[in-house]
Amino acid sequence: MSKNNVGVDIPDSILNQYDYKPYAGAKLGNPVSQRVAPQVRAQFGENKVVNSIADVVKAEVKDGMTISFHHHLREGDQVFNEVMQVIIDQGIKDLTLAPSSLTNVMNDMVVKAIKAGTVTHITSSGMRGSLGDAVSHGALKSPVIFRSHGGRARAIETGKIKIDVAFLGVPNSDAEGNANGMTGDAAFGSLGYALMDAKYANKVVLLTDNLVDYPNTPASINQTQVDYVVKVAQVGDPDKIGSGATRFTKDPKELKIAQMVNDVITHSQYFKDGFSFQTGSGGAALAVTRYLRQSMLDKGIKASFALGGITKPTTDLLAEGLVKKVMDVQDFDKGAANSMHTNPAQQEIDASWYADPFNKGAMVDKLDVVILSALQIDTDFNVNVLTGSDGVLRGAVGGHQDAATAKLTIISAPLVRGRLATIVPKMTSITTPGESIDVVVTEIGIAINPRRKDLIDALSHIPGVPVFTIQELAAKAEAIVGKPKAIEYTDRPVALVEYRDGSLIDVINQVKD
Amino acid sequence: MAETEERLRRTMMFVPGNNPAMLKDAGIYGADSIMFDLEDAVSLKEKDAARDLVYEALQTVDYGNAEKVVRVNGVDTPFYKDDVRAMVKAGIDVIRLPKTETADMIKELVDDVASAETEFGREEGSTHVMAAIESAKGVVNANEIAAASDRMIGIALSAEDYTTDMKTHRYPDGRELEYARNVILHAARAAGIAAFDTVFTNLDDEAGLIRETQFIHQLGYDGKSVINPRQIAVINKVYAPTKAEIQTAQQVIAAIEEAHEKGSGVISLNGQMVDRPVALRAQRVMNLAKASHLVDEEGNYVEE
Repeated sequence: MSKNNVGVDIPDSILNQYDYKPYAGAKLGNPVSQRVAPQVRAQFGENKVVNSIADVVKAEVKDGMTISFHHHLREGDQVFNEVMQVIIDQGIKDLTLAPSSLTNVMNDMVVKAIKAGTVTHITSSGMRGSLGDAVSHGALKSPVIFRSHGGRARAIETGKIKIDVAFLGVPNSDAEGNANGMTGDAAFGSLGYALMDAKYANKVVLLTDNLVDYPNTPASINQTQVDYVVKVAQVGDPDKIGSGATRFTKDPKELKIAQMVNDVITHSQYFKDGFSFQTGSGGAALAVTRYLRQSMLDKGIKASFALGGITKPTTDLLAEGLVKKVMDVQDFDKGAANSMHTNPAQQEIDASWYADPFNKGAMVDKLDVVILSALQIDTDFNVNVLTGSDGVLRGAVGGHQDAATAKLTIISAPLVRGRLATIVPKMTSITTPGESIDVVVTEIGIAINPRRKDLIDALSHIPGVPVFTIQELAAKAEAIVGKPKAIEYTDRPVALVEYRDGSLIDVINQVKD
Repeated sequence: MAETEERLRRTMMFVPGNNPAMLKDAGIYGADSIMFDLEDAVSLKEKDAARDLVYEALQTVDYGNAEKVVRVNGVDTPFYKDDVRAMVKAGIDVIRLPKTETADMIKELVDDVASAETEFGREEGSTHVMAAIESAKGVVNANEIAAASDRMIGIALSAEDYTTDMKTHRYPDGRELEYARNVILHAARAAGIAAFDTVFTNLDDEAGLIRETQFIHQLGYDGKSVINPRQIAVINKVYAPTKAEIQTAQQVIAAIEEAHEKGSGVISLNGQMVDRPVALRAQRVMNLAKASHLVDEEGNYVEE
């Protein structure tokens, strides 16, 4: 048994069997790694266009391979289910499924593929719903490996994930495979995560409902990378890919939290001309953007860039000149996707450029302020975004571990959700180490990581922002909802949670029925 | 009633007594008073459940420095007696009587409160009361109602029922409320208690809320009832003193302290005498400045 740097006991059998080192800290030094390269079958202008997914699967997908998808189509995705059904129907077994993430619309199909023996291994950023439930109850023999977006990029580049066939849905492509995310019925903006698969998979299959004239520009994925272009009826339901206009929350509690987050940002030393920030897509995060806008106007401050998954409130700041560049790995709504199409200051970036800790410099390294969410936070400031209070998988690492390395990392979360405490003495799993978390903002006040004496000085006297210790917040949460019974687990691991450098930060075991 | 003069009552936030989530969070929005509603917000079949819920919330949830008020069901309902007993037992700060029309109604409430205090071992006189005026008769009797008991801390206009009683409805300019607003305010000031203005119901009309709050602030009202936490910051901003007002108040207070140190009975500032009203106003400005986060705990102006 080895104790890692966040106090998790990890059985040596797991370290040996899966070749892991225990998580040793968020400071990574300057590791040297070897990049891998994909296998390439040369083509000379042959027709890449095929009309049948089944033909491609038959030609390229074999038992035991690793296949991948990307998740930019989110809840509107139709490619994943179509391809997986074909693979199941062809009786292919023992695949490793390695998508950038798994959204709810994919859940039932993955469960079906597991039951059929088609999928026996999964690595992903997260999982929820019926799939999370099934995996947490032991549906897979091998544990799922969870990686952050930066961690996945690292794993692909260093050959930890070797993708045999990547199936990538795109809203447009020409017959040779020049494609982008910006036009077509299913336009979703940045292709950020899929760019990794396109670069590193042995076989790259584009699926599109919108075959356009050659050559298609601007090309995010280009013909040098693509083996097949499959014409399908529809890659995604445009209404479910991303809402048209993001509605500004009216929830007074979210607004209250957002206001305090903004107070924390504007009272920190990082709020100055040329600062950079990343916000998520939740209600409070969107509201922060609005408050931040006003503070930037009041103080005459402009941001050098906004990073990560992008929403319309952020691209509005770009249009207004308050943000000079948007560095875009994913667009959460149509407004942001349209902006990527029309505004050259909105740069599409791949997952490696965004967050990979093993490249020659990722954008998160330059990030000043990030606002992240949490399912649970413990009294060491560690954060869980993967498992619910019942120990069942219901979230995603996403860019959490990566962006949390920013200079000011703010977790915004309600003190309690319904009958569940958010700030707890012990969480059901650890995703992001407390070492990289600086301030926790709840509706009743904030807690500042004691490691950050500078922030304690800067943030302790903001009018209307009470400061508590994290232990006090946990006690207040417990006073409201009481002490829950401990979750019972079996000895069997169902998921391994990697830190962004590939070390092991936690092991999630099967919950007892 | 020195305590009631000191307390700020810019906002009294209505919280439905049957909504656990809202009861749990009511303390976080900075309302000066929180009014738990057992009356109109609660349907007949939920009356007992809401009473239990508010009782438990008062035992477990931290409402900070907010004044805790409960609107009980009317004296003519079968719920009234149990409401009063349960809320006194829970240690509520203030019981608000709806549809108050006469001083006798307040006296009856005060008797019921007093016997509940005895029954549950609460300190005698620790439970205050207030009246909501919702009819022409209530407005006509406002002076007597406001002065009906030492336990009275305030009197509130409830305009929805009142305008119906007056055979009109609410208009954007509020002229239909002119008489009632002034009568209630005078009754409150004459009795030395607080005056609360009615709710502003259109949540999406922030400009209208600001206009109405500026008007009742000018009249002299302590504050307004609010139906959504989002209205609190808007109202507080109207009540926030200006920098010049704060500086004058600081000078007045400094002059008073200086005179006290010198043992001087007569206080003057810039050649003008500082009398009691000037001193009171200065204290009130500083209280508002602190509550509005315009000065820090030591009274220093916070530069934005």
